[in-house]
Amino acid sequence: MKKYIIQSIRLTVALTLLLCVVYPLLVAFIGKLSTGKGNGETISVNGKIVGYAALGQKFDQPKYFWGRPSAVDYNAAGSAGSNKGPTNPDYLKQVSDRVDTLLKYHPYLKKTDIPADMVTASGSGLDPDISAAAAAIQVRRIAQNRGLSVEQVTKLVEEHTEKPLAGMFGPGKVNVLKLNVALDALKK
Amino acid sequence: MNSEFLGIVASFLITLLIAIPLGRYLAKMFAGERVWTDFLKPLEIGIFKLAGIRPDEPMDWKQFLKAMLTINLLWLVYGFFVLIYQDKLPFNPDGNPGMTPDLAFNTIISFVVNCNLQHYSGESGLTYLTQQFIIMFLMFTSAATGIACAVALFKAFRDKTTTNLGNFWEFFVKSITRLLLPLSIVMALLLTFNGTPASYEGKGQFISLQGDTVNVSRGPAAQMIAIKHIGTNGGGWFGANSSHPLENPNYFTNMVEIISQMIIPMAMILAFGYFIRRKKLGWVIFGVMMVGMFMLMIPTISSELGGNPNIAKMGIQQASGAMEGKEVRIGPMATGYWSTLTTIVSTGSVNGMHDSTMPLTGAWQLLGMMINGFFGGCGVGILNYFIYLIIAVFISGLMVGRTPEFLGHKVEAREVKIAALITLLSPFLIMAGTALASYVFVAHGNADWAVKPSAWLNNPGYHGFSEMLYEMTSANANNGSGFEGLGDNNIFWNVSTGFLLILGRFLPIIGPVAIAGLLAKKKFIPESAGTLKTDTVTFGLMTFAVILVLNALSYFPALALGPIAEYFSMPK
Repeated sequence: MKKYIIQSIRLTVALTLLLCVVYPLLVAFIGKLSTGKGNGETISVNGKIVGYAALGQKFDQPKYFWGRPSAVDYNAAGSAGSNKGPTNPDYLKQVSDRVDTLLKYHPYLKKTDIPADMVTASGSGLDPDISAAAAAIQVRRIAQNRGLSVEQVTKLVEEHTEKPLAGMFGPGKVNVLKLNVALDALKK
Repeated sequence: MNSEFLGIVASFLITLLIAIPLGRYLAKMFAGERVWTDFLKPLEIGIFKLAGIRPDEPMDWKQFLKAMLTINLLWLVYGFFVLIYQDKLPFNPDGNPGMTPDLAFNTIISFVVNCNLQHYSGESGLTYLTQQFIIMFLMFTSAATGIACAVALFKAFRDKTTTNLGNFWEFFVKSITRLLLPLSIVMALLLTFNGTPASYEGKGQFISLQGDTVNVSRGPAAQMIAIKHIGTNGGGWFGANSSHPLENPNYFTNMVEIISQMIIPMAMILAFGYFIRRKKLGWVIFGVMMVGMFMLMIPTISSELGGNPNIAKMGIQQASGAMEGKEVRIGPMATGYWSTLTTIVSTGSVNGMHDSTMPLTGAWQLLGMMINGFFGGCGVGILNYFIYLIIAVFISGLMVGRTPEFLGHKVEAREVKIAALITLLSPFLIMAGTALASYVFVAHGNADWAVKPSAWLNNPGYHGFSEMLYEMTSANANNGSGFEGLGDNNIFWNVSTGFLLILGRFLPIIGPVAIAGLLAKKKFIPESAGTLKTDTVTFGLMTFAVILVLNALSYFPALALGPIAEYFSMPK
């Protein structure tokens, strides 16, 4: 028994060196070569970081495309979903309120135009993307608000609609931050 | 053909393409035959020397289990204190606090037993020191513990009669150096180059387009996310686990993560067949598990794609399926696929919130964890299935009226008793645990704990019951996923699930290894016309029937009170 205890302690020390020092430092070191230098990829405007490509941020001003509802209000210091069950009456009331808000800001829409991702909270609360349909329903509002033509904004959305992986695997999507940065850069 | 469907088909095929050769490799490697990774031998010799271990020393089943339990106990004690005092230790750039004793008790057990149930959120509950030196360390060692114990089982049936189950230290260290570590390095780099953080800098900060100042949690996450999947651990760096866009930045990483958590569980089954020189037995078990997997997966995906009927009633489009708790870049189909795999192989990582999935999806997730033998966690999958095999052999033996045998060894009263006790253990722990939680919720709603019992549940009604049932099931199955709405960081859940975790881990390891050790010692009976053949499709079906009957009898009432009742309360 005593032999096993001593062996256990010594083995734990040896493996700690390998698994908690050598391995993570090796990966961190090679990771410096990646786009974000191992810190995640950032997006800058005029040399100032305005966000992370992978992280959604809060958009509620009428001049921007909006992302999905978030259970943590896009505070990237944490992350969480709503964890609301599908039959929870409070939750269903909340979804229905979100529908009403959308209809208020987009009076030209019918309920059946609204895609589910615009009224349901994401898993992480930091979802950077919306579906192409969710971007499409916001085009008229943006165009009106910015004095742009609907065609101009539609074209921008199309340019920023990402195809599935290799054109074949997984869903297509629109990165809201990248779209909004491009929108700000658009000349009238 | 839609791209979301093609995405999961591709993931599945790539999994098989990796798992099958990996199975052959593992059998050879653990048997000590020549393999291409032999260049790592000097590293292993160095480790053994530092630890004062002679890896060629034979162990019988008792010595083997003693060595295994000793080192696990050491990690429990050492980790507990480090977690409590993490605020006073270095590498805490975000200034996070130490853990309360009950949370540390739960957390350390949870990671030692490969469960990774998390009652804290990674961003604020741990420091970089504890994330790496405790959590990530245990992700490697708990997976290696499971694999080493499975190899002991293999060893018992390789030779005709033996008392030598191999050397625990040798299997354990080789699992790390020849399997877990190389795979993790490759995967961590794939993740890093797709946008997952891997550096040691503290929180980042930016000012958003709308002018809000946002702090961003990051850190050396890729290293941990790699082993969390390779080793079927599942605990996330970030609170939202693999739905977090830094843990799982795009569809490619989603495929990598879903493939990586399946390859070892699948490979271990085939390795069993190759190792004991009965390839066919490996494939029959593999087939039974595959059928079970699809029986859980197909209805799961279909119920998620159908969307939430309550939201459909409002007139909202659910073109791709139910979206609450899911990410756009992943989509409901890949989330459904993942949720089945993560519950059958006991990874417990999630790429979408299980609490928000449809009621029947919840039932299939629960059932996957209750059965806990369709591929199962690293190493322990085959150990759990072995218990079902012994019960199936016993029942078949009774049906034809002769002494049951398994691979040339008589299965007698002692072995069957152990198997029966292990079988009964899971339903007992899950039911008694859920019953106790329900009682406390109803009768002691105002108890003065960190979270009052009356405020535990994030959802009312049947779904609230499912939250408690899920937590207990996940703890017993060493899965680690959760219906995360449950307010579980308080003394009741920390202590109760802590006990479930430790019993649900070690007894189902000790049981099968003991049975294997006892059987291996017995005289070998050569196969004759009267032998019950265990490597046939018929016996595969028999085992499948045993699994279904045992689990249906044990769990149907609980499932009926939770997810099934919720399903019937939905509009059609």
